[in-house]
Amino acid sequence: MSTLHTVNKSPYERNALKSALDHVSPGDTVLLIEDGVLAARKGGAFVQALASAGCTICALGPDLSARGVVAEDVAEGIHTVDYGGFVDLAAAATRVCAWL
Amino acid sequence: MSEKKKFLYLNRKAPYGTIYALESLEVVLIGAAFEQDVSLAFLDDGVFQLMNNQDATATGMKGFSKTYRALGDYDVRKFYVETESLELRGLKLEDLMPITYEDEDDDYAEKPSLIPVSRAELAKLIAEQDVVLSF
Repeated sequence: MSTLHTVNKSPYERNALKSALDHVSPGDTVLLIEDGVLAARKGGAFVQALASAGCTICALGPDLSARGVVAEDVAEGIHTVDYGGFVDLAAAATRVCAWL
Repeated sequence: MSEKKKFLYLNRKAPYGTIYALESLEVVLIGAAFEQDVSLAFLDDGVFQLMNNQDATATGMKGFSKTYRALGDYDVRKFYVETESLELRGLKLEDLMPITYEDEDDDYAEKPSLIPVSRAELAKLIAEQDVVLSF
């Protein structure tokens, strides 16, 4: 009965990520996509908020690569998934909630 | 569709600056025809969609705020408004349109559609839905 929350905006420009993290329930997953993946870079201002969100955090690999965030630069605890992984997460969730 | 599903429309943008608010309203109206269990949530800048005294005349844009008040006639009567979002913007529930619906089970008494909820309550509400549509 979990929710997959997708976030597609940079946290440095919009509050989509903050709002998503404010409305997650235990057992949910947050998937960072498009500019949302910029939150996942280590050393960034939102890494701590992601770590303490109390749910699983994933980022879409192709979107990380496109923006030059290499594997070693993804903050600890954030899982990188490919497009197939995105589908798996959506299929495993009861509902998908997009934060845009 | 035989089974009634719980639909939540998540509104997070101010009206007029982008097309999201108007598009959401259009989809809510279409969705209302399918007799589903519809809820609307207003949070972040989405609370501005419900402001009283909206007048878009001078902008040349279509003013659509009155449409929210008609939704009760389409059985859309649950407008959840996040109190934290109101407070951050210096707003009170009284600053919003007095949206009501007629309760057919109570001699068509006019009842308020706006339901203030906390952030935590809204999180719970999201977790109860079959479908969440974001605008």
